[in-house]
Amino acid sequence: MKQALVLGIVAAVAAAPWLPAAAQTPDPTAAEFDKFREIMEQDNPAELFEVKGEELWRARRGPKNASLEQCDLGLGPGVVKGAYAQLPRYFADIDRVMDAEARIVHCMMTLQGFKYEELAKQPFSSLTRTPEPVSLVTYVAAQSRGMKIASPQNHPRERDAYETGKAIFHYRAGAFDFSCASCHGADDKRIRTQPLPNFTKPEQAVRAVQGWPGYRMTGGVMHSLQWRMNDCYRQQRFPEPGYASETLSALLTYLTVNANGHVYRGPGIKR
Amino acid sequence: MRRASVVSLACVALLLASCAAPPSRDYQPDALALMKRDFQAKGSAGMDRLNEDSVQAACNKFQDDPPQEVADKLQKEQFSAIKWPADGKLLGDWKAGERIAQNGQGMAWNDKGGVGGSCYNCHQVGPRESSFGTVGPSLYQFAKKRGYGADIQRYAYGKIYNAKAYNLCSQMPRFGHVRALTEQQMKDLTALLMDPASPVNQ
Amino acid sequence: MADPMKIRATLQGDVADVRVLMAHPMETGQRKDAAGKIVPMHFIQTITAQLNGKTVFNADVSQAVSRNPVFAFKVKGAKAGDKLSVTWQDNKGDKRTDEVVIGAGS
Repeated sequence: MKQALVLGIVAAVAAAPWLPAAAQTPDPTAAEFDKFREIMEQDNPAELFEVKGEELWRARRGPKNASLEQCDLGLGPGVVKGAYAQLPRYFADIDRVMDAEARIVHCMMTLQGFKYEELAKQPFSSLTRTPEPVSLVTYVAAQSRGMKIASPQNHPRERDAYETGKAIFHYRAGAFDFSCASCHGADDKRIRTQPLPNFTKPEQAVRAVQGWPGYRMTGGVMHSLQWRMNDCYRQQRFPEPGYASETLSALLTYLTVNANGHVYRGPGIKR
Repeated sequence: MRRASVVSLACVALLLASCAAPPSRDYQPDALALMKRDFQAKGSAGMDRLNEDSVQAACNKFQDDPPQEVADKLQKEQFSAIKWPADGKLLGDWKAGERIAQNGQGMAWNDKGGVGGSCYNCHQVGPRESSFGTVGPSLYQFAKKRGYGADIQRYAYGKIYNAKAYNLCSQMPRFGHVRALTEQQMKDLTALLMDPASPVNQ
Repeated sequence: MADPMKIRATLQGDVADVRVLMAHPMETGQRKDAAGKIVPMHFIQTITAQLNGKTVFNADVSQAVSRNPVFAFKVKGAKAGDKLSVTWQDNKGDKRTDEVVIGAGS
């Protein structure tokens, strides 16, 4: 069923004429890709990971044999509905701005007794294994489906995180002199045939939030923003960013705040 | 890339609370401190890659829009560091060049140098490849448009070796300068752009 | 027990539009792992759906179907409050059954 749909969309995209790469003319294939994404978002296999994530949230696990049901994602202990849309945010208990996955990892450590080193060892999905934080963040994200993105900027540390994230975004270094902005700082660019949204602009920054966590059909794996940031830095020819680190929370603050006001449609699906 | 003016215009137009006022200070030192603490070396990508060299420092400081005298000085330095082939020949094999242009790997933490040029990631090159990026300008009919002379050959090779020698804050990597490509690979790419027989110039 | 399915059944008149999302690796037996070894066949072979205990849908499935597949079908004669259960069985003998109550129409 899905394969017929995929073939149909691929045929439609292949038939679309290639426009010359002029800055002014909009790319007609972009509309086709958007239509493809919307159709594929119905019956998204990410929902399987939402269900798994909810099981993990309620299960007693780890050395402390405790559930995550008292985890405070920013709206009070145990409040999951709407929390993802309001992250990253500042947490006084650890004196740090945290994104969703960093906060989940924090709760797994403090409530359940897991060690950071265990969780950071192999934090990304493979064909045969989906790490628990990935299923958990998929569940948490799904509980903000249909809500407006509203990462707060009330606390001075939240404002610091935004500005630091912006500086990180624009920092050119590495073997290729790339910053995030090298690919994501201009309009109407694409790498091969993959469109590159301009994350410095609010109406395009929503693409940094929407679609994540995302089910990737290539390999049938669930990936979160922590994976996306890691893989971006690999392609930027940088060394590796720490999993669930403050650097990535700051970067995610910059991207999410830029997207504030847009409605989050929940976990996405990708090629 | 004139980021500062684009962002301030966006602020004025959209009246976002997050950029209603410009930042009180330079946040780059905070950013760098966090990155140095939170990143780790992996494979061939060492922590030294986080350190700015003279080009990166200038482009970061001036947000890719350096003053003319700064650009002139650094471009001259970058140009003088270009190693031209000892045999004076700049054209290799365009067929090999097409394969190098198609290969998007190399210099990441999971591989090494001398692998690929990633050209199609950012540019249109040959006429038969429709899966090309638009980060950089089209290179289709490169020599057909500019001429086949020794001066253009030198420009092509030099640009591949070190794009910053010609445009300080270009987004194009310095393939020769960082040894992402070997001399032979750069000759093959130059041939892809400059050889009259190359499909690029048909 | 295998991972749960997600079943959605919406009523349009007396026809239930059913969409089932199943968690399954659906290995074809042709893929090689990182070490070069063939990953053995592991795929759903049969799917059955029952409305209030009566079989309304039966499918024989091959390994051509993709990982984490979605199956959609329509059932006539359904009404709100009916129990719809879906069962799959794979070539290793693993089974999974999940059930939903059909909601009021759209």
